[in-house]
Amino acid sequence: MTHARRGQVRGRRILTGALGVAALAALWELYKLLGPAEGVVVGGITLLPRTSDLAMPHVWVMAARAFEPVTGASNAIPLWQAVLEGSLFTLGIAAVGWLAGVTVGLLLALLMQRFRLAESAVLPWIVLSQTVPLIALAPLVRRWGSQIQFGEFTWASWMSVALIASYLAFFPVAVGALRGLASPDANHVDLMHCYAVGWWKTLWRLRLPASIGYLLPALRLAAASAVIGTVVAEVSIGLRGGIGRLIVEYAGAAGGDPGKPWAPIFGSIAVGLVAAGFVALIGLFLRRFRRGEVAA
Amino acid sequence: MNNHPAQPDPALAVEVTGVSRVFTVRKGADVTALDNVSLTVAPGEFVSLIGPSGCGKSTLLRLIADLDTPTAGEIKVFGKAARQARIDQDYGIAFQQAGLLPWRTVAGNIELPLELHGTSRPVRRARAADLIALVGLSDFADKYPDQLSGGMQQRVAIARSLAESPSLLLMDEPFGALDEMTRERMQNELVRICAETRAAVVFVTHSIPEAVFLSDRVVVMSPRPGRIRDVLSVSLGDQAQRGENLREDESFFQGVSRVRELLHGEAPAGARGVETR
Repeated sequence: MTHARRGQVRGRRILTGALGVAALAALWELYKLLGPAEGVVVGGITLLPRTSDLAMPHVWVMAARAFEPVTGASNAIPLWQAVLEGSLFTLGIAAVGWLAGVTVGLLLALLMQRFRLAESAVLPWIVLSQTVPLIALAPLVRRWGSQIQFGEFTWASWMSVALIASYLAFFPVAVGALRGLASPDANHVDLMHCYAVGWWKTLWRLRLPASIGYLLPALRLAAASAVIGTVVAEVSIGLRGGIGRLIVEYAGAAGGDPGKPWAPIFGSIAVGLVAAGFVALIGLFLRRFRRGEVAA
Repeated sequence: MNNHPAQPDPALAVEVTGVSRVFTVRKGADVTALDNVSLTVAPGEFVSLIGPSGCGKSTLLRLIADLDTPTAGEIKVFGKAARQARIDQDYGIAFQQAGLLPWRTVAGNIELPLELHGTSRPVRRARAADLIALVGLSDFADKYPDQLSGGMQQRVAIARSLAESPSLLLMDEPFGALDEMTRERMQNELVRICAETRAAVVFVTHSIPEAVFLSDRVVVMSPRPGRIRDVLSVSLGDQAQRGENLREDESFFQGVSRVRELLHGEAPAGARGVETR
């Protein structure tokens, strides 16, 4: 009975999600049908886009284009396959960046939780770090990276991209984890004091479990940041093989092939969804730690 | 108290000597929470601290628990400094909020202190099962705190405080957040549990009937600065014999009115009922 109902609820949620996507496509087509061909321009500023096939291709044009070959060459693979490969490449780099960012973020949060002085010394810099524009950072990272070489190890371009992704990803984790680690009630902290246990045991038994509710949204945000960081850094650094490069490359073809640039855009959306889905999966395993607060 | 067999430890359970606690408030005058307080609790004795809010009764309990340090004076628990007693786990503690970890089951919460101090898993399991039976929650061992009522949560907290069989229990208004009916039932259970475990108890409350029903002695405190106004021996009989009908007993009512008189000042005994408010 409850099992059937749960299935029903899930079915309805999937249906709602699909309807949302369909509504977006319908809105696109509706505007394309009714909007003025030259768009709405007020005082030289375009407020609404043009509705020509070039500026706004039909939804089905975008879809159909994905199943045609990338180029006219006889050995060209289908467009969807090229985008899929690019997506996987980007996803891999984003995952490395996410992992590095989460690790650094957690370590910083632990440091700040442990030492009050570290919090007042480090937190402002963490906030400040996010105001540095990515575009300014990318060439620097690349230049520094190219000078790193010890033994067998040489710095590859993809590592620069992952580093920039981690630079964006660590921020929400550091801030979220710090809040989470500080979240236990005074009562619980007193109790641990009564049990005469040290900082590490308190961390493991109390602070970390209590922080899960704050950590999961931070991890999701970090995943989104890592994906965006990877795509943007691929473009700024000029790394081939990823979705960022495809977006730039295919945009050049928009003049004669309006459906083509949309494929990598959808690809990057898919990468973001997969990343968010992965974090949701982590949340599923940590369900126990997200139970409602004690209603005492 | 000769109601209880002598404990193996000959020392007093708690010995508070001339303790003061002054809180330094930022940019203002100091607040004296406790002023020259002395108090002893014998092993196996049940002592309640009662008084209006701000009289320092919770502060005193926190000092005994070594959650705070006195500005002056000395506190000994079983003959040791309070800090050493805490490190040796000589007491169990329960607060007004049950303070259960929401991600642990009832059994997991009770096992927490044992787990933290390295008790082996089978021993932990057995001890938790015993305690769960003691507080009458056997059907709820695998439930999470959010699935329990407030009274049940508080019972789990009491079971947790008993986990390491302490000879001293410190309780800070443990029933303060419960409704009156649950509260009386919990008091009956606490009396039974104390009779079984023979632990000394320091019990902070602001309920007069609760203090009289539970205690061997009631310590009446007055606020600003926190002082002990008087100590009243209640001694309503052996804890094992206390039950629901004690609440109807004449000696219970006498105890209640004596504590009330002490709390409200030195009202002459004959003038009861005609005092102007």
